[in-house]
Amino acid sequence: MALRRVSTPRRILTVDLPMLAILAFTLGPYLWMFLTSVSEESTLFTRGPSLEGASFDNYLRLFRTVGFGSNLMDSLIVSLGTVAVGLSLSVTAAYAFSRFNFRGKRILMLQFLLINMFPLVLLILPLFVLFRVLGLLDTHAALIIANSTVAIPFSIWMMVSYMNGIPRSLDEAAMTDGCTRMQALRRVVLPLCLPGIIATGIYIFITSWNEYLYALTLGGRNVRTITVAVQTLIGEYEVQWGLLTAGGITGALPATILFLLVQKRLISGLTQGAVKG
Amino acid sequence: MTDLSLSRPAPAEAPVPRALARRVLPYAMLSPAVLVTLAIVFLPMVQTAWMSLHDYVLFRPNDFTWVGLKNFRAALADEVFWISLGHTAIWMAVTIPAQLLLGLVTAMLLNQPFPWRGLARALIIIPWALPSVVIALMWVWIYDSNYGIANEFLLRFGLIRQAIPWLADPSTALGAIILTLTWQGFPFFAVMILAGLQSIPKSYYEAASIDGASAWNQFRHITLPGISGVIMTAVLLRLIWVANSFDVIFVMTGGGPGYATYTLPLYAFVKARTNLDFGYGSAIAVLFTLCLMGVVVFYLRRSLKGAE
Repeated sequence: MALRRVSTPRRILTVDLPMLAILAFTLGPYLWMFLTSVSEESTLFTRGPSLEGASFDNYLRLFRTVGFGSNLMDSLIVSLGTVAVGLSLSVTAAYAFSRFNFRGKRILMLQFLLINMFPLVLLILPLFVLFRVLGLLDTHAALIIANSTVAIPFSIWMMVSYMNGIPRSLDEAAMTDGCTRMQALRRVVLPLCLPGIIATGIYIFITSWNEYLYALTLGGRNVRTITVAVQTLIGEYEVQWGLLTAGGITGALPATILFLLVQKRLISGLTQGAVKG
Repeated sequence: MTDLSLSRPAPAEAPVPRALARRVLPYAMLSPAVLVTLAIVFLPMVQTAWMSLHDYVLFRPNDFTWVGLKNFRAALADEVFWISLGHTAIWMAVTIPAQLLLGLVTAMLLNQPFPWRGLARALIIIPWALPSVVIALMWVWIYDSNYGIANEFLLRFGLIRQAIPWLADPSTALGAIILTLTWQGFPFFAVMILAGLQSIPKSYYEAASIDGASAWNQFRHITLPGISGVIMTAVLLRLIWVANSFDVIFVMTGGGPGYATYTLPLYAFVKARTNLDFGYGSAIAVLFTLCLMGVVVFYLRRSLKGAE
């Protein structure tokens, strides 16, 4: 397949053009949304979205009148908080899974895999009741805790796969030279899997940034993340599609950029387990 | 997997404490993560099961009466429950194969050499990174009955006579949402299958083409067996995720028109959120989880076998 030299015209017909079609399907909706967001409001419904007379007025309105700035801030706090909780709790756990054999290892790993399989709707109701009792509803902490239910198991699995890629002989050499286990972890293993940790952290950031149902149920008034704000826009500005799509682009942009930055490493981490399994 | 440090004899000075420390260390390192997940995942889950056995409506917080299996009996006699279950089944039976097929084609294309392959590979996964709310928003705009591009496009090419209110018409709403979810999820398959394709040794194809095997035969006897493991894993993972997620539907139609786009998790959520009926909502969530368990158990057995 990949071996036979294919002539360029034939390649264009069988590879480039189908690929372009798929990309058009993939990116079309996104580009259409962007085009709508910069189109002139007055001609949007008569002539449709166009680049003629394009402006960023909708974006300015979003920040001046709708107050998207504070929504972005809430999303940032929640996402960074989730990254901190998720990573800090999972580093040592991942190291234990990657380096030790102990009783109950299988069942514990299974437990972390299992968590991600349970429906969110099973957790959202009791968490709501719990946070109401604790008085945590509508706080950043509530959303960080809720997002951590996904972030912790996920980052443990990712980090185990990165740490397994680092030879054990390295930590053993460090311990022969007088390091304790924890020192070997901190000085040898962690620096080596730093790229993997960063990728995992960014993935947690993206999923928390994109999270909607917890943010809606457990927050919503004082703490209103960007996803909830976008959804509220849909309700309040029903027909102002220019403003709505500007909100959509603003909400999606941070995650999109981050994702493009780390996609290579992230995907190798995500697919490794699948290919081996 | 043998841990060399464990098999090395302990120094003679203090054998007992060090051996003990070594045995305890992994548990100590695991305990923060395990304790936190117990507190924020497993306890709430047990609580859901507990709530499902009670009459519990949130605006009567003091009324928490044990009713046994009443909520479950009510669910099984509830027409909306069966409608939602049916939709969940249709939804998964159509969305997953569509995502898989489109993902497979995309992965095969991305595995061919062409000049802008790197760019294509980076761009193809964008839908995966978008917030579900934004996905819902842009597809609502695309399906808009007055100004949406879907109608515009189909009208211009003469495929339809008049604009169709895609999301407001019960007969098209579920299909429209399935298209959106296919769009959202196929990049995942593409990326997974591509990784599988790249793990097949080139020499297999060399040998096959020397023996004169046709492209189709190479695909059937080398490519498919080579990626069947990845496809299985991806399908199982996706089944679980697609079944679980309902945020796109919730924002796009809220389950409507009528019950046309209700699925089980959505029904449980709406019951609890709008009717504040946490007892009944929990019961539906539990029933849904039980349905899903079959897939989950199958997946776990596979991936544990792989982990060894």
